Amino acid sequence: MISRSQILAKAAELRAGFEAQGAQVVEPPILQPAGTLLDLYGEEIRARAYVTSDALRGEQMLRPDFTVPVVQMHMAEGAEPARYTYAGEVFRRQEHDPERANEYVQVGYEVFDRTDSAASDAEVFALIAGAVQPLGLRAVTGDIGVLMAAVAGLRTSAARRTALMRHIWRPRRFRALLDRYAGRRAPTAERRALLDGTAGPVTAPVIGLRSAAEIDARVAALREDAALPALSNEEVALIEALLSVKEDMPFALENLRDLAVDLPAIVPAVQRIEARAAALEARGIKTQSLPFETSYGRTSMEYYDGFVFGFYAPNRADLPAVASGGRYDALTRRLGRGAEIPAVGGVLRPGLMLTLETTQ
Amino acid sequence: MTIKLGVPSKGRLMEKTFDWFGARGVTLTRTGSDREYAGVVDGIEEVALVLLSAGEIPRELAAGRLHLGVTGTDLVREKLPLWEQQVQELAALGFGAADLILAVPQAWRDVDTLDDLDAVAAAFRTRHGMRLRIATKYHRLVREYLRLGGVADYELVDSQGATEGTVANETAEAIADITSSGETLRANHLKILLDGPILRSQATLWRSRTAAMDAAEKQALAHFCAQILGPVQTTGR
Repeated sequence: MISRSQILAKAAELRAGFEAQGAQVVEPPILQPAGTLLDLYGEEIRARAYVTSDALRGEQMLRPDFTVPVVQMHMAEGAEPARYTYAGEVFRRQEHDPERANEYVQVGYEVFDRTDSAASDAEVFALIAGAVQPLGLRAVTGDIGVLMAAVAGLRTSAARRTALMRHIWRPRRFRALLDRYAGRRAPTAERRALLDGTAGPVTAPVIGLRSAAEIDARVAALREDAALPALSNEEVALIEALLSVKEDMPFALENLRDLAVDLPAIVPAVQRIEARAAALEARGIKTQSLPFETSYGRTSMEYYDGFVFGFYAPNRADLPAVASGGRYDALTRRLGRGAEIPAVGGVLRPGLMLTLETTQ
Repeated sequence: MTIKLGVPSKGRLMEKTFDWFGARGVTLTRTGSDREYAGVVDGIEEVALVLLSAGEIPRELAAGRLHLGVTGTDLVREKLPLWEQQVQELAALGFGAADLILAVPQAWRDVDTLDDLDAVAAAFRTRHGMRLRIATKYHRLVREYLRLGGVADYELVDSQGATEGTVANETAEAIADITSSGETLRANHLKILLDGPILRSQATLWRSRTAAMDAAEKQALAHFCAQILGPVQTTGR
């Protein structure tokens, strides 16, 4: 059994390593205002984070991660470029699996730098990879930016692209929207009647904040959408092919370049992956055998919008990622009140690292 | 030394529960004045009646302070995470049927399904600068249902009663509540989404999997269950 003090000692050692790389130590508070997290993640965060409250400050959350408070701190007062490191507990409410930890220590490294995104991605990945190197973990990488670029380039209405973009991180919902836009799901009888104007008049009064004008506007938007041509089977097939890319880096890039012939919108995103692969090589990472999956990180990593990565213990499917991270440019935009800066970071779980060290 | 049976302490639910047990040869009676929450069990040995709020029965079963309890499926699912590990469903009692549903104003002719609700929530947030509010007391069940349905940009606001009135009062845009006939919904100009209920609930007899029992109590429980249900499997956890 690994003691808490062993974990904290390991965390301190890892943080000192990041500090030696030039990162500034930060200590965000444990209690975070709930409003910011609710705005970002929506109501679902309540299932994952502990909420508490007092009469003066209202709802507070025990920090479910460090990234949000570190971004807020940087956007409020940070100088550029900046590198931060931290170590401390995060808290995750558990409702389904009593085996999962509801409190554990994370050590992180975050880079806010405008100069060279590929180099920053590689810097974070290489540092994290170096820290877990003795454990023989399996790395996985991905890039949510490829799918986002493909959606942005779809030959359909802006409203459809926006709706798909909003559900990039919810694969099932994304799939359902894609099917609907491709005309693969027949509208209900009620919807057909509304669209062709044969539905009976609604006599009920308009109650609540949503006004009659808003209802009329959506009905007009639904009719407009119904009049649009369906998304072509070719485009849907290309998105599907894109999502199924799962190869070692050089072959994945080869696949993506092939797909880019028919999906020119993803060319810049693919070039970013190429630049990153070169930057990783320059850092001594062998990309020849580094896995790349377009869909990696789509279910759990909502604020990542570019490079994503994770490190897993082979033969320990019961354990979550020992380390993970990614790029979150859009998060700095949402928390920056008008400002934004490219940012990338990663976290380690010293408790899991010690568990693996002792069982090896 | 006795098996504790928890029963809702008031109203139709209590009366129907008494009738259900009565039809199986076990007479439950409230004692003392109308206001005193005490009761007796006749027709079987070693069983004590505990009268308490239906909403507290799941918690008491999970804590092992009740061996048996009657309460709605909705309350067990809402209040007990991993409920299957804490209680066993012994019998659906055939009354207290109600569905947990999502309802929106009837005037929302553009909304029939969860997909519509999600699209409206996105537009509502853009237009009003806040998430679309859903009033409910079933926070866990509703949140889980909306997560599986892929609905984003909503907010759950707590409503412990008169939930159907919250939309007209502009404290919520939609509601999630228990309904049996739908009459209160219609009277408040609300309609149910077509996707089907979040949960179908009815009064149910539950057995605690956590209550400690000595040999005599195990025997008393088995005897009691045999009398009211016929032979059932209550061994194991």
